Amino acid sequence: MSPQLLFATLILAPLLGFLINGARYRKHSAEVAGGIATGAAAISFISALAIFFQLLDLPAEERRVAVQFFDWIRVADLKIPAGFVIDQISGIMILVVTGVGSLIHLFSISYMHHDKGVAKYFAYLNLFLFNMILLVLGDSLPVMFVGWEGVGLCSYLLIGFWFTDKEKAAAGMKAFVTNRIGDAAFILGMFILFLHFGTLNFQELNRMVPVDPSLAWFGPIGLGTLLLFIGATGKSAQIPLYVWLPDAMAGPTPVSALIHAATMVTAGVYMIVRMNPLFLAAPNTMMVIASIGALTAVMAASIGLTQWDIKKVLAYSTVSQLGYMFLACGVGAFGAALFHLMTHAFFKALMFLGSGSVIHAMHEEQDIRKMGGLKKYMPVTHLTFLLGWLAIIGMPPFAGFFSKDEILWMAFHSPRGHILFWILGFVGALMTAFYMTRLMALTFWGESRVDKKIHPHESPLLMKIPLIVLALLSVVGGWIGVPHVIGSLLPGEPHNILEHWLEPVVKSVPGMEAGDPTLEWSLMGASVFFAAIAAAVAYHFYVRNPSQPKKIAEALGGFYRLVFNKYRIDELYAATLIRPLIKASQGLWFYVDVNFIDKATFVTADLVRGGGLFVRGLQNGNIQRYALYVAFGVVVSLSFILLR
Amino acid sequence: MPNVDTSLAAEALARPETQTQIESLDLIAHSATLGVGLSHYLILSAILFVLGMIGVLMRRNAIVMLMSIELMLNAVNISFVAFSRFQNLIDGQIMVFFVMTIAAAEAAVGLAILVAIFKRFREVNIRFFEHLRG
Repeated sequence: MSPQLLFATLILAPLLGFLINGARYRKHSAEVAGGIATGAAAISFISALAIFFQLLDLPAEERRVAVQFFDWIRVADLKIPAGFVIDQISGIMILVVTGVGSLIHLFSISYMHHDKGVAKYFAYLNLFLFNMILLVLGDSLPVMFVGWEGVGLCSYLLIGFWFTDKEKAAAGMKAFVTNRIGDAAFILGMFILFLHFGTLNFQELNRMVPVDPSLAWFGPIGLGTLLLFIGATGKSAQIPLYVWLPDAMAGPTPVSALIHAATMVTAGVYMIVRMNPLFLAAPNTMMVIASIGALTAVMAASIGLTQWDIKKVLAYSTVSQLGYMFLACGVGAFGAALFHLMTHAFFKALMFLGSGSVIHAMHEEQDIRKMGGLKKYMPVTHLTFLLGWLAIIGMPPFAGFFSKDEILWMAFHSPRGHILFWILGFVGALMTAFYMTRLMALTFWGESRVDKKIHPHESPLLMKIPLIVLALLSVVGGWIGVPHVIGSLLPGEPHNILEHWLEPVVKSVPGMEAGDPTLEWSLMGASVFFAAIAAAVAYHFYVRNPSQPKKIAEALGGFYRLVFNKYRIDELYAATLIRPLIKASQGLWFYVDVNFIDKATFVTADLVRGGGLFVRGLQNGNIQRYALYVAFGVVVSLSFILLR
Repeated sequence: MPNVDTSLAAEALARPETQTQIESLDLIAHSATLGVGLSHYLILSAILFVLGMIGVLMRRNAIVMLMSIELMLNAVNISFVAFSRFQNLIDGQIMVFFVMTIAAAEAAVGLAILVAIFKRFREVNIRFFEHLRG
């Protein structure tokens, strides 16, 4: 098939699914609605695979399939065609998006079985997929931005899917508004880049980047990339705009898996990888990205240590892992960022779906204090979750190990890296191991604390299939990026396939040298060893000696409560930004809107009305009066002429 | 108004031989003799015109209003004729024929409308027909 047709199928299948399910949004059959939606997602996945295989047939330097459907915007110098491209970067991303997306659609059929709005749910899910595909495939910033906004909208719709619950509706709004702040910066970034380069096409932008990195903070590249990064902090939940993601857990769990773990939140990372030559030319921005990423990784992980809601723990874990991806981008390891994005999509989607399976079994109970010992009731969920757990805490040879260690190694080794970044990443990795083990222990292991009235049960087959597939991917997903030091020891000396694949499109930091294998080995060993110890400690605390954590929490006192309350960041924002803003808006409303604008329009309206009434009085139907006016007019004009 | 002694003019008028002279007198002599100038005609015309206008503006009876319009037209005719006579131009008198023709047509149409209205409503008071008002 021609690329045009494949691209059209890939992009339009979910849109068609959305239209069909949207038109029959009152229907209650999960099988039909879910079948349509999952079919649409699967069609997209198959088309993506077909294009991907076409890509494989091309020589390494020319791996790029691009189509242009029509001219979307054509104003003076600004020419933006509706162009889409699959190259090495978007090829990986589109497979992850449509592949994981299809699995989550499948999972949703069972999960949302009893929901009244199931057709609406699947319509939103398809719309999300459509927008995500636009975001990934767009060959210029504005096309990407359409998808960028679209996924934000769908995220809002799906977080607030059960909008009759006020808290959930508010969570949706919070996500939307927070994202909007980032989006504004994103648009400004686009303006600056267009002003400087005269184009917004990724390929052209990347080609036009000057060779010498620009050290100016407020140069066009420095400021433009910084603003784009602020946009990314909104979408990808980084400091300071991360606050919406934990609240976004109000949505149905498969939504959390799809949008708030695997795909949408990684859009910021993807955007930066997409424009890597541009970001490389702005070392200052890179430093900001790395710092924000490392700080977010540690801070979110520390909050994750204290949470009791199974989904909240996973949400903070997601924020933390996204921090790692930004850390990788910031030190110039774009390949590692994309690699971690992919493996994270596998294991975090797996864990969210696993938590969905648990919540389903526990009849909507999300508090891990009321779980425990679920292993014997839910063997499949437990086993798959176990594999996800091993992947995220970075145990070899599971997926997370390869990607996370590449990031940590690059944070240390890259010319743009620093030992501080490594230390932050290392501490974050230890915390990750701890809170994930805690989650495993409290949910699946140890004594059962389940309410006597609840009888947990294993989930149906439709929910198990995606879990099993994602678990397999979490195991093998990392093997495409085996680092050189390990690969050289293995039989057949496997290359770092991913690095090789991305080489033509991902630039490396200037001045990168070959690393010292001993050092790389020792850092890798250290992080694995200490992560294992952290996991063992957590196991000891939460399975062997469940009273221990409470004592430690009491010993830490105020600090523990600060972390438990998420560093009171929400309260801080409310006090410093939101409430003053509301106050100011109220003032503007009262003084400007009501007392000035409204009044001005009312007065104008009254004047016009009064004038109309007066003129209306003149036309009273009395023809003699009209004649009198004429006579009067004649007299006046004559006297004017004669007496002048 | 020409500055003339009127008693002298009356004395001369009494004489028969002056009768023929009068007819052949030029414009100024003629007016001097009669004491009637352009101004008198114009004043008369204005008075008639205003009377007609008052009729149109004040009276409620549509027939009277039509008659008043005739009065106004003829007031204008007088001023036309007067100008024509005193300036030795024939144009004014020709114009008067036109005005009379138009006036006749107008009267015919107007009366026809009035007859039709009267047949329909049994009424010629125009206050009765004030329907076009804002």
